Amino acid sequence: MSLGFVASQLFQTLLSVFLAPLMLGWVNQCRAWLQNRSGPGLLQPYSVLRKLFLKDAVLAHNASWLFRLTPYVVFGCMVLAVSIVPVLATDLPFSPAADVIALVGLFALARVFMALAAMDVGTAFGSLGARREMLVASLAEPALLMVFFTPALISQSTALTTIVETLAHKQLTLYPSLAFAAAAFVMLLLAENARVPVDNPATHLELTMIHEAMILEYSARHLALMEWAQALKLMTYTAIGIALFVPWGIAEAGYWAGLPLAIVALLAKLLAAGAALAVLEMVSAKMRIFRVPEFLGMAFLFAVLGMLTRILLGSAG
Amino acid sequence: MSNQLINLMAALLLLIAFAMLSQRRILRLIYLFAAQGFVLSMNTVIVALATKQPHLYASALITFGLKVIALPWLLHRLIDRLNVRWDVETLINIPTTMLVGILLVILSFNLALPISQLAGTITRGTLGIAMASVLLSLLMMITRRKAVPQVIGFLSLENGLFFAATSATYGMPMVVELGIALDVLVGTFIFGIFFFQIRETFDSLDIHHLEKLKDRG
Amino acid sequence: MLAVAAYPALLGEPQTLVLPLGLPDLPFHLRLDPLSAFFLLLLGGASAGVSLYSTGYFATAGVADLRLICLQYHAFLASMAVVLLADDAYLFMVAWETMALASYFLVTTDHGVAEIRRAGFLYLVVAHVGAIAILLTFGTLQLGQWNYTFDAMRGNTLSPLWASVAFLLALFGFGCKAGFLPLHVWLPEAHPAAPSPVSGLMSGVMLKTAVYGLLRVTFDLLHQQVWWWGVAALALGLMTALFGVMFAAVQTDMKRLLAYSSIENLGIILAGAGLAILFHAYGMNVLSALALAATLYHCLNHALFKSLLFLATGSVMHATRHRSLGKLGGLIRHMPWVAALALVGTLAIAGLPPLNGFASEWMLFQAFLLTPGLPNSYLNMLVPVAAAALALAVALAGYVMVKFYGVVFLGLPREELSEAHDAGGWQRIGLLWLALWCVALGLLPVFVVDAMDPITRGLVSGSLTESMQESSWLFLTAIAPARASYAPMLFLLGILLTVLVTFLLVRRFYHGRVRRSAPWDCGFPGLNARMQDSAEGFGQPIKQIFEPFFKIERQQPSPFDARPVYSSSIEDRVWYWLYLPIVKAVERLSSLAGVLQQGRIHLYLIYSFATLLVLLLLIQ
Repeated sequence: MSLGFVASQLFQTLLSVFLAPLMLGWVNQCRAWLQNRSGPGLLQPYSVLRKLFLKDAVLAHNASWLFRLTPYVVFGCMVLAVSIVPVLATDLPFSPAADVIALVGLFALARVFMALAAMDVGTAFGSLGARREMLVASLAEPALLMVFFTPALISQSTALTTIVETLAHKQLTLYPSLAFAAAAFVMLLLAENARVPVDNPATHLELTMIHEAMILEYSARHLALMEWAQALKLMTYTAIGIALFVPWGIAEAGYWAGLPLAIVALLAKLLAAGAALAVLEMVSAKMRIFRVPEFLGMAFLFAVLGMLTRILLGSAG
Repeated sequence: MSNQLINLMAALLLLIAFAMLSQRRILRLIYLFAAQGFVLSMNTVIVALATKQPHLYASALITFGLKVIALPWLLHRLIDRLNVRWDVETLINIPTTMLVGILLVILSFNLALPISQLAGTITRGTLGIAMASVLLSLLMMITRRKAVPQVIGFLSLENGLFFAATSATYGMPMVVELGIALDVLVGTFIFGIFFFQIRETFDSLDIHHLEKLKDRG
Repeated sequence: MLAVAAYPALLGEPQTLVLPLGLPDLPFHLRLDPLSAFFLLLLGGASAGVSLYSTGYFATAGVADLRLICLQYHAFLASMAVVLLADDAYLFMVAWETMALASYFLVTTDHGVAEIRRAGFLYLVVAHVGAIAILLTFGTLQLGQWNYTFDAMRGNTLSPLWASVAFLLALFGFGCKAGFLPLHVWLPEAHPAAPSPVSGLMSGVMLKTAVYGLLRVTFDLLHQQVWWWGVAALALGLMTALFGVMFAAVQTDMKRLLAYSSIENLGIILAGAGLAILFHAYGMNVLSALALAATLYHCLNHALFKSLLFLATGSVMHATRHRSLGKLGGLIRHMPWVAALALVGTLAIAGLPPLNGFASEWMLFQAFLLTPGLPNSYLNMLVPVAAAALALAVALAGYVMVKFYGVVFLGLPREELSEAHDAGGWQRIGLLWLALWCVALGLLPVFVVDAMDPITRGLVSGSLTESMQESSWLFLTAIAPARASYAPMLFLLGILLTVLVTFLLVRRFYHGRVRRSAPWDCGFPGLNARMQDSAEGFGQPIKQIFEPFFKIERQQPSPFDARPVYSSSIEDRVWYWLYLPIVKAVERLSSLAGVLQQGRIHLYLIYSFATLLVLLLLIQ
């Protein structure tokens, strides 16, 4: 493990961590443009984070050590996740530490800590958010597993680096199975990252909150870390989607000259993804909470169809 | 290249069949049916280009005219006059229907595997998908309560059969094709007439009213 | 008082090969082979923790006759050890029955309460039905040779029909003890009725002896398996898992919730065993080894974290005298040790990295992913979809455990709980022992899989160590490193590093000031404990979505009731569909037989005389 690898791992991690709020800002800006208003500016999330870090943390009287520890744990999980996903290059030191299943487990760890912290203070909102979030997660996890099965079948591996390498080397082909899996993945991205139509990230009404309800009691630096972790999660999911479905441009292991192209490709893909996300949020309305199982069932269906199509059509699909 | 496009069309067909299973609004069902017809005609054109059989172009044109324009327009007028918009209740709830649908897909894929290894056309991999969409249309006919979605299920069944024919034998002879098209058209007219009769007798298009016709004693 | 003398000795057992120990007395045979040694390790490890805990628990619990409990407890442990060591059917059945009886007496420790007696009775009945089935299995296996040693049974080759009969009988018989669907009805009654350390032992270890029996019969005594056994076991296991977790989500009693969670984990174990059988039947030995290793690993993990959780509930009940989730809450402040260690157990059982539950589930998912290599095309497509059912069960287990931990330890106390004190010295040591092993087994999975190698090589002739040689001890790999790898140490290091760096950076560049105040709660004043979710409330989404699976009885008051009463109970349909009809049939049969008993001596004498005459005629 040479110094070059370590340096590039560090570079990728830091780049992703500091780019995540910018991506969030871009999505918000696109939404503003689509709604025919001038948005808050691309760098607004950074200003919000700075403001939050400067404030005093206000904790409830009965908040325990779990409550104070959770923002750090959640942020740590997300940083680890983004260093595992091949954002810029494959075969970085942290990549063999987890395959996609372990990545799903890592997200689950962060989510359980958030849910427990939400129940810690004993408010109605906290337990409401915890219960809904765990419900959405429980139904999304089988679908997510099925989505990952299809690229795993194609590349005979669940390690993200192997998947990226296999898929990036094939010519520009249209695999119907991957198309199905991609559709399912987009639906799951919306569900897991608390976007419309599953949850509204801009709301504070009890009826419509899932994620916001869980972080209601946090303030100052704790809230900053939670918000940053959420932005990082969105970026990681987008990066996973890019790695699975549009992997061209990711630099190969040790091929340093490919890095500038990889950065440019990454920025272009993130721009496109952010704009697409804003459009999707615009055309959908938020669903009732008990319609979410149908939505997730649909995603599961697409994922299973993708896998079955792959098995049926063999290498042609 | 054409092989991939055909596989893509097949996948789209399957997708539309599933989407029809889960739709509650009848208007959307009609649009989905039109989309299905469109996919079908595109597929025929691609096969025609790949295998250089000119009669398939004519077939594609008929399909387009009939299934993308004529029939959806007819159905639209029908539901306007009958004033049905929603079919909220299905016999079994939607997630269960979809699970049964998946099992049917697995069944038809497995049944089609040995056949598709025997067939000699470029579209042989898609026989399983065609069979799957036929079974899914049957499922839709079984699980719906109102009469109009059942008819749409019947029509999409015919779509599936047409797709299967294209994939196994490069389309049907022209005569058979025209005959089937005429049959479908006539069938739709007759259905329309029946709907009005049913509506007049029972004041609703819910088919469980027809159960009153069973023999007592 | 409750010494653990004998069992730490077992902890040092290496994975030795066949040592047919001498014949203790009469025709008893004992044998220690890798499979037995593994389960003995499981027994020793879990019971060490439980015994340490019980030393503290029973000393202060004020239970009636401690000497009797001590005797029963040791008899229980000893009989389980003999079950694992038995090499012939006779000793196996004797030890099995002793185990059942000892645990029955332990369950009915508090026999003053009618419910507990009822639970014990149900447990005994189902255990005996299972024992009959196991007896029949051994009968089938010995093929009429009257030689009941396992060695002889290994030598026999049965026809496929009889082999299938043996397998199904074994599945039924061991299923009665393990709690597979639909033989699970005694579990949610008996485990909560017993004192908590006993519940921990029963859930953690006794259920695993049933798994041991099933594995022993299927892989060791029946050499060749048929593919549909694997499919049947897989399907049954998944149904059990989903059933268990759905019911656990709607429970309001701490221990019943954990009991249903045990049903779920046993379902996962059975599914893994089914997968191993399936692969082995098709001759894919390395994959079978993977599935088997995952199954055994999960057995070990479950023993540890389930015992840990049951012991934690014991401490909670001890401290607060409440069992119902509706009366607990906020105990993290009063019982810091128990809360911290229970958190480890909760995270482990929810299958979260880098703890042990995730390691075994990861391996199981990898085994599922490899199924498209099967020769049968239907199975090729169906089994990966079944993996989705497993993922659903695992995810819902996370839901259930968040509910458990959140309602018991977090939030505001729902009743007055301020005198709740933390667990004492011995109890802490017991809990700590189990929690440390949970962490260790999670961080070092490669050693565990290596240690299981002799077992997989013996049972399915497949080995995973060759693939592991290629990567270092840090990475757990499935078949080849390029295929999939997982490094829990790196996970832990990465998270810890980031947490530390973030904490230090924030303190350095900003500040760490904290102010305490009332909760924000969106500006609502007057927050009280009744506003947070109750146990029923937390489980409500599951209840609504999966409503057809529950039998829900509701009593709702009308708006005009002067004294409105609302009650809702959730019951098990299986009880009504399967068990009540059987009970009614048995009652009818016994009332028919009761006709014979008229109470007149003449009649009884006539019976004996008639029987004698018939026998004399027959002997002629």
